[in-house]
Amino acid sequence: MTRFAGFLHKEFIHIFRDIRTMMILFAIPVFQILIFGYVIKNEIQDVKVGILDFSRSNRSAEITNRINASNDFEVVARYYSYAEAEEAFRRSEVKEVIVFEAGFSKNLYTHNGGAVQLLLDASDPNLANLIGSYTTATIMRYISELNHQGISIPHPTVEPRMWYNENLKSAYMFVPGTMALILMLITAMMSSISIVREKETGTMEVLLVSPLNRWQIVFGKVTPYILISVVNACSVIAVGNLVFGVPIHGNILLLFAEALLFILLALSIGIFISSVVKTQMMAMFISMFVLMLPTLLLSGFIFPIENMPKVLQWLSVIVPAKYFLEIIKMIMLKGGAMAEIWKPTLVLLAMTLFFLGMSILKFKSRLE
Amino acid sequence: MEREIIIKAENMVKKFGNFVANHCLNFEVYRGEIFGFLGANGAGKTTAIKILCGLSYPTSGTISVAGFDVYRQREQIKRNIGYMSQKFSLYEDLSIRENIRFFAGIYGLKRDYIRKRTEELLEELQITHLGNELIADLPLGWRQKLAFSVAVFHRPQIVFLDEPTSGVDPATRRQFWDMINRAAAGGITVFVTTHYMDEAEYCDRLSIMVDGRIDALDTPAGLKEQLGVDNIDDVFLKLVRNKTV
Repeated sequence: MTRFAGFLHKEFIHIFRDIRTMMILFAIPVFQILIFGYVIKNEIQDVKVGILDFSRSNRSAEITNRINASNDFEVVARYYSYAEAEEAFRRSEVKEVIVFEAGFSKNLYTHNGGAVQLLLDASDPNLANLIGSYTTATIMRYISELNHQGISIPHPTVEPRMWYNENLKSAYMFVPGTMALILMLITAMMSSISIVREKETGTMEVLLVSPLNRWQIVFGKVTPYILISVVNACSVIAVGNLVFGVPIHGNILLLFAEALLFILLALSIGIFISSVVKTQMMAMFISMFVLMLPTLLLSGFIFPIENMPKVLQWLSVIVPAKYFLEIIKMIMLKGGAMAEIWKPTLVLLAMTLFFLGMSILKFKSRLE
Repeated sequence: MEREIIIKAENMVKKFGNFVANHCLNFEVYRGEIFGFLGANGAGKTTAIKILCGLSYPTSGTISVAGFDVYRQREQIKRNIGYMSQKFSLYEDLSIRENIRFFAGIYGLKRDYIRKRTEELLEELQITHLGNELIADLPLGWRQKLAFSVAVFHRPQIVFLDEPTSGVDPATRRQFWDMINRAAAGGITVFVTTHYMDEAEYCDRLSIMVDGRIDALDTPAGLKEQLGVDNIDDVFLKLVRNKTV
């Protein structure tokens, strides 16, 4: 045990003594989430909105004013039919049309409440979802204020309809997505690089000749990265929750357990990479191209998998981040429990075992 | 008096596919001696040393190191040997003290003992003031000497040195050999490979490898007498020439 402690101590020195490593490990995750976050966040400013008001009531006018008054929206047009609204969409004059049903004001006081429909230009899915939820929030706030003033009416139904892209997923994709990207990259890339570095410098031979066995060496190398990745997972979740208001509806312990599983998978991939390549450069390139790009492009992080060509959809089946995103979205956004996520969890587990097995085989053959 | 055999290789063979790196090597190394493995690059020296250290398995043959079998008792072997590779093998981003502490630590030495021995060692090398310097900031000669000190820090029965002095200037090589002699005098068996002929003279016994075979094995004086020449250079050249003719 003291041997292992000594090993860990050395690994941490490697990490903390190299500014570049430190930057990659701690600064980049935070920058990345802030950048991803603000790129999406900044776009919702003065969104052009059209109004299609079939009720022509005081309440709908007040809501319209409320929307117009906020920094997020700008009411630029009023329409009198769906046809007109559709035309405006096609010419990209507005990003959203708010439709008040006929008799909206009266219905507000009935048991079911009124109904508002939001038509959204979802060719930019993340944006459309954000606009929809902002609008909904603004309307709900207005009703809540009425309730506080003693006017007791139920909340209306706000029904967003996505145009041009019906398979739209959550706007909160960037937090799970960034988490997948960071954990995959840092854990797999950094751990494979640090193992390969020992091979390159010749110190690996000295370690192999020592009484440490192979697994002690490998676990000694990767344990610091497990700890750092857990820290990163926490900081991404914290920034997502506190800065960008991404909810955590499900069990937070389950969330961390799944994150840990993903970290272990990334590690086993890192170990596998280190067992096939000879130089740090190669380890880095493989991590970049085989891990980063698919995680970015094929996991559903930026582009919805449902909209991809069939070939890419098949390819996405082997991208670990795809399953991790499913799990994280289910837990964080939909409050899902194990019953809903056991399938992707099983896939991640199987992938972990696969890569560990491959690494063991590889190590064995190296010995011959 | 019968000398104690500490390494014994009988019919040691190592093949990589069709290439035979070690043809049927037979040799014995006695406790406390400096045993030299001389040969040109690619003669099979490193292959042999890797088998003896447990870094790779032989294809066939009976080999024991420090009384343990290389197939079944690698763990025991590892505990009883030290190793210094061709490549420089300390961590450049760790200080001298940290390197010593790490390598001594993986051999399971106690912390207090390590601390005490470290200071003794630094004093002996007269570099106490450099103890907290990073290895990266030291000249190559010093690194090499430190790497050797680290390889014998846990007082192994045998230390394997794979071309320990390649790339080092002659003066430093001389000092390095003084350290090797001191270690041998202290009871550590030294198994060293080299392609420097002058270093061969410092060995107690010498085996000369040509194309994966041991062509001669004796004391340096014995070899010179056998082949009727007066330096190891000529011994080597004569053996190689016999081969090619």
